Amino acid sequence: MSNVHTGHDGEGGAGAVDHDTVPPANKKLLAVAGVLLALPVVALLWVGSYSRVEPRLWGFPFFIWYQFLWVFLCSALTYTAYRIVLRARPHRAMTGPSAGDRTGEQA
Amino acid sequence: MSGVDGVALAVLTVLFLLVTVMGFLATRWRRPTSMESLDEWGLGGRSFGTWITWFLLGGDLYTAYTFVAVPAAMFAAGAVSGFFAVPYTIVLYPIIFVFMARLWSVSHRHGYVTTADFVRGRFGSRGLSLAVAVTGFLATMPYIALQLVGIQAVLEVVGLGGGSNIIAKDAPLFIAFALLAAYTYSSGLRAPAVIAFVKDFLIYLVIIVAIVYLPSKFGGWDAIFSAAEQKMATPNPTDGKPTGAFVPGAQAHWAYATLGLGSALALFMYPHSVTASLSAKDRNTIRRNASILPAYSFVLGLLALLGWVAIAAGTKPIGLDGKPNAQLVIPQLFEDSFPSWFAGVAFAAIAIGALVPAAIMSIAAANTFTRNIYKEWLKPDATPQQEAKVSKLVSLLVKAFALVFVLALDKQNAINFQLLGGIWILQTFPAVVLGLYTRWLHRWALTAGWAVGMVYGTWQAWQVANPRAGINHFGGSLSEIPFIGQMGYIAVTAFALNLVVAVLGTFVLRAAKAPEGEDETIRGDYFADAGDPRVQKVLQPLHQETPNP
Repeated sequence: MSNVHTGHDGEGGAGAVDHDTVPPANKKLLAVAGVLLALPVVALLWVGSYSRVEPRLWGFPFFIWYQFLWVFLCSALTYTAYRIVLRARPHRAMTGPSAGDRTGEQA
Repeated sequence: MSGVDGVALAVLTVLFLLVTVMGFLATRWRRPTSMESLDEWGLGGRSFGTWITWFLLGGDLYTAYTFVAVPAAMFAAGAVSGFFAVPYTIVLYPIIFVFMARLWSVSHRHGYVTTADFVRGRFGSRGLSLAVAVTGFLATMPYIALQLVGIQAVLEVVGLGGGSNIIAKDAPLFIAFALLAAYTYSSGLRAPAVIAFVKDFLIYLVIIVAIVYLPSKFGGWDAIFSAAEQKMATPNPTDGKPTGAFVPGAQAHWAYATLGLGSALALFMYPHSVTASLSAKDRNTIRRNASILPAYSFVLGLLALLGWVAIAAGTKPIGLDGKPNAQLVIPQLFEDSFPSWFAGVAFAAIAIGALVPAAIMSIAAANTFTRNIYKEWLKPDATPQQEAKVSKLVSLLVKAFALVFVLALDKQNAINFQLLGGIWILQTFPAVVLGLYTRWLHRWALTAGWAVGMVYGTWQAWQVANPRAGINHFGGSLSEIPFIGQMGYIAVTAFALNLVVAVLGTFVLRAAKAPEGEDETIRGDYFADAGDPRVQKVLQPLHQETPNP
């Protein structure tokens, strides 16, 4: 099997982007997004923090309604993280028909 | 429960026929120039936007079996084995948010259809890729079989399938699956994508109606929760311990957390989840979906509570064979509490809910077989047309096998294998997900970790007895975690062991300078988006300039 791309080792001209690098990102923003995403995981895996019956809400034990609440919180946090990630690492277009192939590079 | 509920059956049949027609027509939807490639047949042309993906993934992940088994677990054993589905399907989304976009990007660049494709390209290892492929295939098979169990539960409550001769007994299930197989064969992934709209609409409708209407009928939520609390505190006659947990006690915290986490890590290792994700049209579709898919988790939570509503309602889930069967509790609750016509709608929601995942799973299993076993090991020069043809045939075989599995063997076998499947599939996580981030782990160490995790997990699961059900082996998914001494999900313990072996093995193999294998990906591939060009694959020879198109 030789599903191997070629041109990977070719050197680009001046100003060419080396695609064998991680596109630049705002690390601080990425870290904020990471914290937002970690919150629901930590909260829900810490079972001791919510495995109780009181206080009830409309008859629902705390254990039940607290986890339902996290459905909404998680959704909001994930969406916020999404907006942040888009801003933190703008897409860097790849050019050329194969990775690192700079013949199709545009200015 | 005697005789057939004619009205419910008629409604069920009409809705079932409706989606069958839609399934066949799906081949015309967003019609491709040719259906003869895995990208078209198996991934819907990699063209699905945010909302279609939402329906497709929702239809795929929240299966009929989930809808039957989660409330059944709540009804029979309480919050630990039932309600963990809620934290599971919440923590799932931040986790997939992080890594699925990378998997989408690298798959887009290199035309990967399965996780095993990626592992092969990343680690240059056919052995590791085969391990991932076989694990995915094996884990998916019982999952498909369990969808049949979901349909069976509905048919049994409607009153079908009670005949003494085998043909009358199983004919309805057989027909349902034959139709499913036929339109999956012709329409590929487009069929479940179209049917998922109907399925999700029906599921939302039924559950919202049930959750608004039923509690008032059985004395309100206060009465329901106290009935559940009382049942769970009642000692079980077999062992004298409480029936189950109303709220997990301190000794069950590890179990609850590891069940949630382990299931969440495992879910997107299953081929059917990957197939639905890779069919998205761009990198961020899956991320946007991570914030809207929790809508299904909310519904799943409500559905779980219906298991406790059934306790208050005094539902008696008795199978046609006269034995109690907790799996029937939700269909039975609907049959007892709703007018016949709406019970029919509810049954249709469950039955159609089985078709969507069964279709996607069989497509995903077939893709895995075709790409990673047929093309990789049997016929390396297969053309895209041949790949599509083999995949279509295998999708039929997989479904036929699932049918035989459910009809010929005891249902318990399917449930046991599904339990094992969850343990097994998590063992592919290090190679796939850590592989998305680093090449540091050595391919042979990953293979060794996988093997150790598989053996340990299987052995532990085999040892679990469940005296209440009279089972000596595969009685549940929990066992004692070494060093911690608490009960935990076997898959997670095996996964931890797998990681340890992979890391230690990597140190050893690096010291020994074992060959690392070629990585065909570059860093930028993991951030590619829809507009970025695909890597051109060249067949022969190596180190030849790729022709520009």
